[in-house]
Amino acid sequence: MNTLIAISGLGVLCLLFEILNFRKGIVPVTILGLLAVLGLTYTEFNTPASYYNNMIVVTKFSSVFSALFIVLTVFLIALAHDFYEDHQTKISDFIAIKIFMLAGCVAMVSFGNLAMFFLGIEVLSISLYILAASNRLNIKSNEAGMKYFLMGSFASGILLFGICFIYGAMGSFDVAEITEWSRSAELPIWFPIGISLVTIGMLFKIAAVPFHFWAPDVYEGSPTMTTTTMSTLVKVVAMATLYKLLTAMNADLSDAAVNIIIIVSIASMTVGNIMALKQNNVKRMLAFSGISHAGFMLMTLLNIKSSVGNLLYYTSAYSLSGIAAFAVILYVCKNKDNEDIINFNGLGKNNPLMAAVLTASLLSMAGIPIFAGFFAKMFLFTQTIEAGYLVVVIAAVINSIISVGYYFKLILAMYNKEPNEEATKAPFVFYAVAVVAIVLNIVLGLFPSAVLDLLG
Amino acid sequence: MDVTTLLIILLVGALVTYLSGNEWASKVALLVSLIAFSSSIYLLSQYNLGNEIGYTKLWITKPKISLAFQADGLALAMLLLTTALTPIIIFSSFGNSFKNAKSFYALILFMSFAMAGTFLASDGLLYYIFWELALIPIYFIALIWGNGDAEERKKAVVKFFIYTLAGSLFMLVAFVYLNQKAGSFLISDLTQLKLSSTEQFWIFLAFFLAYAIKIPLIPFHTWQAEVYQKAPTVGTMLLSGIMLKMGLYSVIRWQLPIAPLAAKEYMNVFIGLGIAGVIYGSIVALRQKDLKKLLAYSSLAHVGLIAAGAYTLTLDGLRGAVLQMIAHGFVVVGLFFVAEIIFRRFETREISEMGGIRAQSPKFTSMFLLLVLASVALPSTFNFVGEFTVLYSLAQVDLWFAILGGTTIILGAYYMLKMFQHVMLGQTNSKLFADVTFNEGCTLVIIIAVLFFFGLYTKPIMDLISPSLENILTQINRFN
Repeated sequence: MNTLIAISGLGVLCLLFEILNFRKGIVPVTILGLLAVLGLTYTEFNTPASYYNNMIVVTKFSSVFSALFIVLTVFLIALAHDFYEDHQTKISDFIAIKIFMLAGCVAMVSFGNLAMFFLGIEVLSISLYILAASNRLNIKSNEAGMKYFLMGSFASGILLFGICFIYGAMGSFDVAEITEWSRSAELPIWFPIGISLVTIGMLFKIAAVPFHFWAPDVYEGSPTMTTTTMSTLVKVVAMATLYKLLTAMNADLSDAAVNIIIIVSIASMTVGNIMALKQNNVKRMLAFSGISHAGFMLMTLLNIKSSVGNLLYYTSAYSLSGIAAFAVILYVCKNKDNEDIINFNGLGKNNPLMAAVLTASLLSMAGIPIFAGFFAKMFLFTQTIEAGYLVVVIAAVINSIISVGYYFKLILAMYNKEPNEEATKAPFVFYAVAVVAIVLNIVLGLFPSAVLDLLG
Repeated sequence: MDVTTLLIILLVGALVTYLSGNEWASKVALLVSLIAFSSSIYLLSQYNLGNEIGYTKLWITKPKISLAFQADGLALAMLLLTTALTPIIIFSSFGNSFKNAKSFYALILFMSFAMAGTFLASDGLLYYIFWELALIPIYFIALIWGNGDAEERKKAVVKFFIYTLAGSLFMLVAFVYLNQKAGSFLISDLTQLKLSSTEQFWIFLAFFLAYAIKIPLIPFHTWQAEVYQKAPTVGTMLLSGIMLKMGLYSVIRWQLPIAPLAAKEYMNVFIGLGIAGVIYGSIVALRQKDLKKLLAYSSLAHVGLIAAGAYTLTLDGLRGAVLQMIAHGFVVVGLFFVAEIIFRRFETREISEMGGIRAQSPKFTSMFLLLVLASVALPSTFNFVGEFTVLYSLAQVDLWFAILGGTTIILGAYYMLKMFQHVMLGQTNSKLFADVTFNEGCTLVIIIAVLFFFGLYTKPIMDLISPSLENILTQINRFN
């Protein structure tokens, strides 16, 4: 609870700084503030409690995931300063929106009431609509914002509809009560309908097939900074929330639900990977790669009772490598008008460090050992086989092979092509974020138990 | 001192090499690899004294994964092969200059680290990690420092990477499945499992995919010749000398003991595939115009025979396979080095553009001839011991296998001597061919000395590997 209040306070502080004409201090102060909030989350880890008539329930789950979100936001804000170089007058808005978005994220994993959950997802979504369209003179960015807004509000509608059904079935918005009553044998038919609708709404946010159509366009059109946010933070938030919702609503998933998850998961992996093979724009490619990773993350739902550690591990591994990759992409495409793979030609010669970081993060996403991405997949496979879904694992393995194809397209461009132009200097923060994120990823790979057993 | 020290030496050595700068990288790398070699000799002496040189520590609790390194005679033999060939390979590259040498030599040492880890790991997942790690450095070595057109090279190398990764991912699934059955990845637990014959069949197949691609056995060999040709000679040596032995070693260490029933039931199929590789490789080698490609196909023929030997599931077969692995490792490195020596002078790998070298360089000619003779398994060379033992084991299974497998010697002698004739003999070449330099001569003499020494006196290696192979054989026969 304190976390949530502190984050909101930080957002307000950002806006105040603007009024007080203290623009320079915004980024460092918010980063320090977020680190302080991270400490606050740590103290909450061991003291589960509920606040405001169960509106907010702080559990181990919520505080660990909140901590992950805060870490990701720190990276995102650190990158923001140089990204918005030309928009210094608006930097307070961008930062404040991101902080408020973080508040929405935290609310989404620590809700105790469906109303709070909806509030959280709306705070998150509205911030994202703004961020997607934030490059207002660029037509693509406008298109992305509009598209995302239309599709997103549609999904919100479905979500709300689902929540209404659940209320109709249970007569309560309170998650604890719903959990209790959902165990009883006699459930009205609209309860499963409601769950399905809520799940669909969340699958939309995760960008899982067949609710993925918005993702490539929005990822490509939005400013790269926003794409980074969407593909790392938002995806992780949506996945954690879906997990929390499903565990809360239904102690045991029915066979039909399991089959649907299997289909959605395999379809997401396959469609995402195959479409990614053909992309020339790196942001689009990573959008499709994100869709396929969503498929992998959905595999955790097959073993929902004991997979929370795996979910945390997979999401951390994925988002950290995503941050590292995007830090490099931001650097490479800083003054370019597109993000085509051609821009990466010869990066291995021009800037070996950045090239190495991007290579490492792509290898992590592809699941090559010693990077956390490998262990994430391995743990996922282990658990899914234990749960008895060998077919899904084999589909996932085949997809891992396909994914190497497009990740290596980028690596090849960096090392096997001549550079187009002279090397440009990167701002220090880009290096710092890229290196810290990838080092964290490798540390996760070397000591997986540290994260895996947190929620044991 | 245990085996981890050696791995740390190689890993830290790779880092030091990278930091030492382009000027010093090659020398530092040579020094590190020599230190690694001497420490593996020291480990061998410790092992012979009966001291414990393994290492086990729990790494991840759930699922249970340990940092477990076990060094029995077989693993030590492979470790020695790796650490002995690494300095030779590094030393052989002294005549070339590489752009960005620090990364190049660091990658070689890193690869050596990964391969040594593969041979030593006794936890399935740890083994898998090293197995995959070895792929990354060779990918970059072949991609960045390779020769020929960049686009074609890219295609060949990516094909190689995706191929091998695809194979090994199925091995990962097999390991994950086995872990679920046994509750751990340790080889000692996995070889205790009593799996049903269907389970064994699928697991055997998953392993087979990984190994058949790595070794390579036909029909999974299509990546090989292209990559051998396109990679820099150092990369080709690493690939053919050590890396493909990872596949063969893994057959003996992991595949056969874990799924022996499948190995027995389909023995003829797998021996047949190996033998088919022998004949196919030899015939294709006859037609090659490119020296490196010819050697690549001859290598395909030789490893086919080694794999056939291992799949006989007899003590002689396993023993012969291991001996031939080591012998082939040395001889193939020597032969690729010869190709490189010629390339340094003539700037070509086309056999038709060579010829008439003998008169200009008697020393080089005699060393090359010795290597060719070793490669065709002339008695008194190490390769003869290995090849003979493998053929003997094939005869125990079925005489026809031995007869067909024996064609390696005949066909091998034919294409190797024909190659030697075209490359070395004939009218004195108009182009100048300087005789071997001191460095080049040293490298070749060391390799030839090893081949003949162990050809005449195989006992030390035999004594080293036999007990562990007998152990493996009892594990294989645990269902009888």
